[in-house]
Amino acid sequence: MSDLDVGGLGGDQKIDPELQEFLMVEKQRAQVNAQIHEFNDICWDKCIDKPGSKLDSKTEACLNNCVDRFIDTSLLITNRLAQLLQKQGGSGLS
Amino acid sequence: MDFGTLSSTQKDELMTQVRQQMIIANTQELLGKMTEKCFKKCVNKPGSDGLDNSEQKCIAMCMDRYMDSYNLISKTYTRRLTREAQR
Repeated sequence: MSDLDVGGLGGDQKIDPELQEFLMVEKQRAQVNAQIHEFNDICWDKCIDKPGSKLDSKTEACLNNCVDRFIDTSLLITNRLAQLLQKQGGSGLS
Repeated sequence: MDFGTLSSTQKDELMTQVRQQMIIANTQELLGKMTEKCFKKCVNKPGSDGLDNSEQKCIAMCMDRYMDSYNLISKTYTRRLTREAQR
């Protein structure tokens, strides 16, 4: 993520470097936040049956594992799909 | 607006605004998800006379647990990101 697309500013207009740096950091922060919401959505459904008076240790472990295994799954699928596409001769999806 | 020639005050204002918008967006997202999840868990048969006592209690508890879960997952994900970055 080296260049930031600040829509509607015109290609060759110079953007203040400090502002550019700031926006890149904030953009990343927004992406992380969105990802946390998505994990919470998925893992809530997987791990929580009836909301009790506190999260018990079993539920906490389930939530932690859910996040880590989801990321593992994402990495595995990314790598395997890349391999499959390479075997196809790099022609991509057609 | 010319983003190349902002005074430092204007820049500060812009940054503050961006941060505030981010907080608002994040809160709205949380509100939406929480409502959806807790409605699903707590209102099984929507009654004709508002939410009954046990539904309200369930919703309050559900909100608190959803926050717990959000905070826990936030920590776990941040830890994982740090670990992946070090590899």
